[in-house]
Amino acid sequence: MSSVTMPESRPDRGAAAAAEPIARPKVPWWLVGLAFGTLVSGQVVGFLTSEPDRDMGHLQKIMYVHVPAAWASFIAFFIVFWASVTVLWKRNERADLLNAAAAEAGAVLTGLTLVLGSIWGRPTWGVWWTWDARLTSTAVLFLVFVGFLALRALTDDPERRARWSAAVGILGALNVPIVYMSVKWWRTLHQLQSSPSTVDADYVLGLRWNAFAFAFALAAFVTIRYRTALFALAADRRAEARALAGGSTDAR
Amino acid sequence: MTPSTAAQNARSRKVIAIATVVLMLGGFGYLAYGGIGENIVYFLTPGELVKKGEKAVERPVRLGGQVVDGSVVWNAQNLDLRFKVTDGQGTEVLVHSRGAPPQMFRAGIGVVVEGKYGRDGVFQSDNLMVKHSNEYRAPDAEAMKHPERLNKTLMRESRS
Repeated sequence: MSSVTMPESRPDRGAAAAAEPIARPKVPWWLVGLAFGTLVSGQVVGFLTSEPDRDMGHLQKIMYVHVPAAWASFIAFFIVFWASVTVLWKRNERADLLNAAAAEAGAVLTGLTLVLGSIWGRPTWGVWWTWDARLTSTAVLFLVFVGFLALRALTDDPERRARWSAAVGILGALNVPIVYMSVKWWRTLHQLQSSPSTVDADYVLGLRWNAFAFAFALAAFVTIRYRTALFALAADRRAEARALAGGSTDAR
Repeated sequence: MTPSTAAQNARSRKVIAIATVVLMLGGFGYLAYGGIGENIVYFLTPGELVKKGEKAVERPVRLGGQVVDGSVVWNAQNLDLRFKVTDGQGTEVLVHSRGAPPQMFRAGIGVVVEGKYGRDGVFQSDNLMVKHSNEYRAPDAEAMKHPERLNKTLMRESRS
């Protein structure tokens, strides 16, 4: 049923693949360093440049991690959307690996958004959680991408896994504008989006700094996971090719 | 598997995939723009609560509004809190709550209370939540922008 590529029909290519050395995945250390540096300095800058908020005091500092986590998750899901469409449109194998890497990062960031928001909500709102439209739609977004990762873990056939992932990826990504607009469309406990006009200048600096830090961290994670997946795929291919070409089961 | 059935399979898969996407798009569209918005009202305003009359009395409901200036009566002895909530359009509802409110609670801030609207016209709150605005301000934003002025205020305060 599954249409796995059959190397025996092209013996030359199979033999060549078996002999090819596979490059180890390169870790973008400069990106990791940049992310780590901006993340640490972002908190220092945030704490040093802003006075305690008039209403919530130092609790306002949670904004510097909660909001950038949410923004970075939106970027991740934008990548998911683009990769998913590419998978369905062009049957691109690499797009599927990028899809998985971005979905994974997006799920973690959404989980982080929920946890940090909850920690912020308890002392300011008075509750850890409430079923308003913003919180509920974010929880749905999180669950869809947990489902995405579970689906991938449970599906063996790579082609089917790619297609199903793409379908769930598009659905999940479509939830992002709903999450974003929820505070405008419905009455919520969560406040409306802030803007530079509703936030004093000294809070804006810490927020922007951390927005970049989270974006760098996202880029680093997605790159590492994508390259690792490419490496694993190449290793699988080579093992397959060797088994077919030489009959030896030793994949080394 | 013959090539023709493989092609048929691929085509039917494509149809299923497209149908699923269309179905989901429709579903999300309905959620976003359809009548569901009316049914997931998170809280009622004081005006809406009063207008509902008997239908909203003694039923679990959420009430949201602004705490009226000068209406807060806090009894620290028996942790009894009373205040009025307004919709800013002339309707006020008296709220009775027990226990210490969240630290941001004050006159003028937005709140959402969960509880029941009594026949006596008092809303008995089981859960008091503070609704923060999207504004974040330094204690004295103007003074922060002009350190020399802040310095002056501090000096004046320490002198007096």
